[in-house]
Amino acid sequence: MTDTLTPVLTDDWDAAQSWKLATYESRGGYGALKKALGMAQDDIITAVKDSGLRGRGGAGFPTGMKWSFIPQDNPKPKYLVVNADESEPGTCKDIPLMMASPHTLVEGVAISSYAIRANKAFIYIRGEVLHVIRRVQAAVAEAYLAGHLGKNIHGSGYDLDVVVHAGAGAYICGEETALLEGLEGRRGQPRLRPPFPAVAGLYASPTVINNVESIASVPSIIANGADWFGSMGTEKSKGFGIFSLSGHVANPGQYEAPLGITLRQLIELAGGIRSGHELKFWTPGGSSTPLLTAEHLDVPLDFEGVGEAGSMLGTRALQIFDETTCVVRAVLRWTEFYKHESCGKCTPCREGTWWLTQTLARLENGQGSAEDLDLLVDQCENILGRSFCALGDGATSPITSSIQYFREEYLAHLEHGGCPLDPMASTAFATEGASA
Amino acid sequence: MIDEKTYAELREIADRYPEKRSGLLPMLHLVQSAAGQITPEGIEACAEILEISAAEVSGVATFYTMYKRRPVGDYHVGVCTNTLCAVMGGDAIFSRLKDHLDVGNDETTEDGKITLEHIECNAACDYAPVMMVNWEFMDNQTPASATQLVDDLREGKEVRSTRGPKICTWREAERVLAGFPDGLADEGPSAGPASLVGLKIAREQGWTAPAGSTSEEKAND
Ligand SMILES: Cc1cc2nc3c(=O)[nH]c(=O)nc-3n(C[C@H](O)[C@H](O)[C@H](O)COP(=O)(O)O)c2cc1C
Ligand code: SF4
Ligand code: FES
Repeated sequence: MTDTLTPVLTDDWDAAQSWKLATYESRGGYGALKKALGMAQDDIITAVKDSGLRGRGGAGFPTGMKWSFIPQDNPKPKYLVVNADESEPGTCKDIPLMMASPHTLVEGVAISSYAIRANKAFIYIRGEVLHVIRRVQAAVAEAYLAGHLGKNIHGSGYDLDVVVHAGAGAYICGEETALLEGLEGRRGQPRLRPPFPAVAGLYASPTVINNVESIASVPSIIANGADWFGSMGTEKSKGFGIFSLSGHVANPGQYEAPLGITLRQLIELAGGIRSGHELKFWTPGGSSTPLLTAEHLDVPLDFEGVGEAGSMLGTRALQIFDETTCVVRAVLRWTEFYKHESCGKCTPCREGTWWLTQTLARLENGQGSAEDLDLLVDQCENILGRSFCALGDGATSPITSSIQYFREEYLAHLEHGGCPLDPMASTAFATEGASA
Repeated sequence: MIDEKTYAELREIADRYPEKRSGLLPMLHLVQSAAGQITPEGIEACAEILEISAAEVSGVATFYTMYKRRPVGDYHVGVCTNTLCAVMGGDAIFSRLKDHLDVGNDETTEDGKITLEHIECNAACDYAPVMMVNWEFMDNQTPASATQLVDDLREGKEVRSTRGPKICTWREAERVLAGFPDGLADEGPSAGPASLVGLKIAREQGWTAPAGSTSEEKAND
């Protein structure tokens, strides 16, 4: 039996000055890079394929397969782009990883770039995390000095340049083709696919885009083997992942576990729902994944399990809300977020998110009528599957799922002429009196 | 002011990339660092270096929320009011600060010290309610700690990020985002307490990844 928690990516985080190269190397860091440089590139791709690693940025696409789509007969340069935009509400794993252990990412970048035959890699970090950007900049600089990056890495003849690129505030730039637009110095609006980035990505050249956690998992796979990775997790969702608990639990934070752990187990590890309260609803993988409730406590948190429960594993961003939280308020706020972040390229999302906020705001104020719930569902149906990118789809998730599970609470707003709950009761300082 | 030095640095940013237009986002960060906001002069400089029209640069500058068309104070104070933080107290903090500073969203105090803005999820939900000062983490805030924080900033007292260095000015921060490090990477802890909760339990329980696991294999290397 695998242990309940399996720190691999988080294993260095409690070391003194864990972000420094010396610390990382003293714990075996960059050993996997040296091993990889002695392997044939296709064998690395095969190892990542065999490990069963699936993208940790939300969609769960098999990483090794993505790499194998890079047409090696294409004469253009190949690029690796790391998606470090982490902006999906609730998601907070890549940021602490880059702060505590940036070299895990940099080593992963070097191995992955070598495997896909890229000589240039970009790490696109959201701009709003200054200290994380400092740490990654410093790690890249240290890695150059130590010969882990640059020309003729460790005498292998392989060259790699890494550029750390700061974004400028746009959730949509987490969408991989919008990210490429941002990286090309344009407005972050998604591109039509096909062509897929593997064929025509950055500068219309073959490009792999992977999430921070996906790339950071690669060194451990090369060091320990595909079977080791596959010995954790479930049949189709292999390996470990960082589960981020936030909200109304006693000890919110990061818990690295094999995929397939349940929320019941995680909440227990987190010291339970905060004292005197009970679970009301939660997101399994950020605000774009349909809400679940206490009936789903035993759903295995892997791609299949959460899918069968009617939601998505997403980024394992477990936002936990207890009974003091108004679901209508929560959903309205997320919808305002999607409206604000809609890039405006397509009508269903641009117009639709505007209409959704109007209807929801009316309901939250206790105005409108029960028919507005049907109107909302109808509006969602006109957005879901008709938007140009997954932002529009995601915007509908909290709405349709909350109406499915909490129709009564919407109606209570109408009966009550507004929200029946006290917003102060849900705050972290409700019991401390700190708000006085 | 886009002086000669800044102009040269803008070029230097463009040169980091295989195609120079890729430098535009960091270049605009540098414009903000030099000029305190996005200025017509800064837009012209970027356009000239990248050989694109000023309208194109402008179109990019208006798309991204971190670029500001009005002067920003020494301290940009962001309060996360996305759902999780809002519910945990971000809404109460934001409304308290608006009253306390007597400004609205995206406005600057009369002394030019503080620009207040409500922000979206900043990837720190396990530290809710979260504030950011010049994009440094200020974790686990309350209305009382938030008012103290802005008072300290206005009085010029030393303020440290809960997970980083002493707070620098907004313009200094923008320079780092443009890719010119300030040498402060070694300040602050590896991780805040919430980042380590799972690891701490694993250590107490003796839980690890299976044998052949990274730590053991690494030790044999
Ligand atoms: C609106 C939107 C935002 C996204 N934000 C992120 C993000 O911040 N980080 C990320 O890795 N993936 C994000 N994604 C997913 C990416 O498009 C892409 O699937 C992912 O980076 C691929 O990497 P992976 O295969 O390693 O998961 C987002 C997708 C959408 C539609
Ligand atoms: S769905 Fe929304 S974010 Fe995506 S392309 Fe359309 S308008 Fe832009
Ligand atoms: S919701 Fe505030 S940091 Fe995520």
